[in-house]
Amino acid sequence: MVFEPKILGFLCNWCSYAGADLAGVSRIQYPTNVRVIRVMCSGRVDPVFIAEAFINGIDGVLVLGCHLGDCHYISGNYEAELKIKMLTKSLSMIGFSDRIRLDWVSAAEGNRFAQIVSEFTEHIRSLGPSPIKNKKSKKEIIDNLNAVKFALYDKRLRALVARQRELTTEGNVYGEIINPQEFNEILDNAIENEIIRHKILEKIKNKGKSVPDIANEINVEPHKVLKHIVTLRARGLVDVDQINEEIPTFISIKEV
Amino acid sequence: MSNDEIRIGVFICHCGSNIGGVLDISKLTEYAKVLPNVVYTAGNLYTCSEVGLTEIREKIKEHNLNRVIVASCSPRTHEPLFRATCQEAGLNPYLFEMVNIRDQDSWVHMKEPEKGTEKAKDLIRMGVYKASLLEPLEKVQVDVIPSAIVIGGGIAGMNAALNLANQKFNVSIIEKQSELGGLLRFLNKVFPTNEDASNLLEIRNLVENHEKIRVFTSASIEQVEGFVGNYKVILNQNKNAIQLEAGIIIVATGANPLSPEGYYEYNGKNVISQLELESLLKNNKLNANNIIMIQCVGCRNEERKYCSNICCMTALKNAMLIKEQIPNAEISVLFRDIQTKGTIYEEYYRKAREMGILFIKYLLKKPPVIKNDKIEVYNEFLNQIIGVPYDLVVLSMPLIANDDSDQLAKLLKVPLEENNFFLEAHVKLRPVDFATDGIFVCGSAHWPADISECISQSNAAASRATTILSKDVLEVEGSTAEVNVDLCVGCEACIKICPYSAISKDEQTDTVIVNRVVCKGCGVCGASCPQNAIIIHHFTSDQILAEIVTYGGGD
Repeated sequence: MVFEPKILGFLCNWCSYAGADLAGVSRIQYPTNVRVIRVMCSGRVDPVFIAEAFINGIDGVLVLGCHLGDCHYISGNYEAELKIKMLTKSLSMIGFSDRIRLDWVSAAEGNRFAQIVSEFTEHIRSLGPSPIKNKKSKKEIIDNLNAVKFALYDKRLRALVARQRELTTEGNVYGEIINPQEFNEILDNAIENEIIRHKILEKIKNKGKSVPDIANEINVEPHKVLKHIVTLRARGLVDVDQINEEIPTFISIKEV
Repeated sequence: MSNDEIRIGVFICHCGSNIGGVLDISKLTEYAKVLPNVVYTAGNLYTCSEVGLTEIREKIKEHNLNRVIVASCSPRTHEPLFRATCQEAGLNPYLFEMVNIRDQDSWVHMKEPEKGTEKAKDLIRMGVYKASLLEPLEKVQVDVIPSAIVIGGGIAGMNAALNLANQKFNVSIIEKQSELGGLLRFLNKVFPTNEDASNLLEIRNLVENHEKIRVFTSASIEQVEGFVGNYKVILNQNKNAIQLEAGIIIVATGANPLSPEGYYEYNGKNVISQLELESLLKNNKLNANNIIMIQCVGCRNEERKYCSNICCMTALKNAMLIKEQIPNAEISVLFRDIQTKGTIYEEYYRKAREMGILFIKYLLKKPPVIKNDKIEVYNEFLNQIIGVPYDLVVLSMPLIANDDSDQLAKLLKVPLEENNFFLEAHVKLRPVDFATDGIFVCGSAHWPADISECISQSNAAASRATTILSKDVLEVEGSTAEVNVDLCVGCEACIKICPYSAISKDEQTDTVIVNRVVCKGCGVCGASCPQNAIIIHHFTSDQILAEIVTYGGGD
């Protein structure tokens, strides 16, 4: 039997949703796999929504907005672009990527909408079902996706992305403009750190574990894990659980 | 029955055979019946017909429905109708949810009816889960102050003011100079009619004597507060603070010519600017036979990339006026490109050439050089330097944004483009609007505009303004953003993101507040807030997540 992927589409009200309606009016046939959630602007799509979609077994997510420069809300699609870029980077760090497509469809592009849906459905079909449907790897992947989700909820990554356009064009309160390349390095670094931190938190949610054990489970070098544990302790998210033969174990102490 | 019990009614439309001919409606109604909180389901032949709408109204009452879902066509076309129907039956219109099973299902899956029906099931279920979390919302109403403020008393500002005043709206013109008229005051004759600029300036009398217009000269703007329909502006006129109130603001601050100082041996004597030439011609003091005009001085280069739009026509006009006065004068125009758009301007250019005015092209990287008795200019076609004798050189200086445009933009919270001209909401679709409702732009404040462009733009701005001023009350959407002040830490990230300046800082609480009248409900702030402190009504995270979870988990 052919694999029928479950695809979720976020469509902005003004361009891409109208484009999808036009495909209907023009009776352009396309695969039945997409379920649409209408939002007013593609910039409304919180990356957390997409992480949640993957956790819930959705195989692919489409985010469609107005063409750049044509956003009904002037700049919302630029914000969408930054968010999805950040999300894609985050997901690639847990080896879960290539299941999102961000694209632009105008209200006049019924054909283009149908074409994007067809291509994306075919693409997801060729990738096969989401790895969380694989019983063996399910727990590991859900843990990782949860780590990403909580990193996306966390104020650090959100603040960086929210300020990205401001910091790279207008500058900070001192008027210093950060060049985009430098900003990307900062962002990449923050993504990596936050995901590792939330991976650690996932692993010690219910049970105290030692640094070497955590390092082994999440496949990160022990000295890095220790550094993150120190940071998380300073944030009041982790504490020493117990000390066995001089080796401390750590446990998560607060819901993030 | 408790008050907070959710009772959903689902109406599934056949749309004749449009939906019913493809999807299995009876299967869908059976399916919807057992979804959580659904207490009533029905299939209708046409839900949007009077019969269908009556049924919705009746069933709301009969079954105490407090949520209504219609699964039919697109909310883009039919949501207003169904919302109004709910309202007629006493249900808050925001407790209505629409599911699109025609435009995005039956019409696009005509050959796969079974899969299409499965898709419709998912969509209806997602709609039911969202509907359970819908909240009643109220539209916001604001009174409109039926008067206007026009900033700038040049030709654009005066014309906009006159246009509005003739429609019986009170208008205040704020001019920073001591008299009205703007740059027009310094011109001799205007293209393409070659009539006296003073004829056009007669509009000043109309403006100054109009009973609906108040003119504030030598006045500057100190403070701007408020929002569409309700602006409060504080002026400083001779150190007196004057407070004005208005429903809309038109920005018509114009532009100024770049100073010729430091360009091409400018000395104000035999190397002068085009504006100084206007004055010589006006006062009949021109005394020269060999005249050379240099175009694009200080613009269309790395520093100032734009074209100043008016200089080609101005040079043509003055060259022709001189030629008419002194028929044997030798006039050369050194140009990079000549811009004479449309029918009349191109005709004007042809006429200039027929009159014997010489046009010599030069290159940006090899500009003309002024020597004692001649100008040397490299000509690409001849691949050699040509020497042209002169006794007067005229520099065409571009119009540049006013020094204080930055300051005004900050007061009005509207954007500027890279050259400090005011930036409209959309270059093609909303050329005289700002993104901020109730503020408009016209004339050279936007980019260098000639008089006819100033007139059309100012009429356009006045016309756009009346779409607001003609209303007693503005009603705005209820689905806007709201800040949860308990979570907000006042980081202000959202303030910069909001293109409508709808969010501001409340200094007392150190949190931000959303002006619901200005907010358009796009939701970008909510998706960006580091603290997750912004609720996007009608598209809340909970509502969207409910749709996602039920789709994902609904195997």
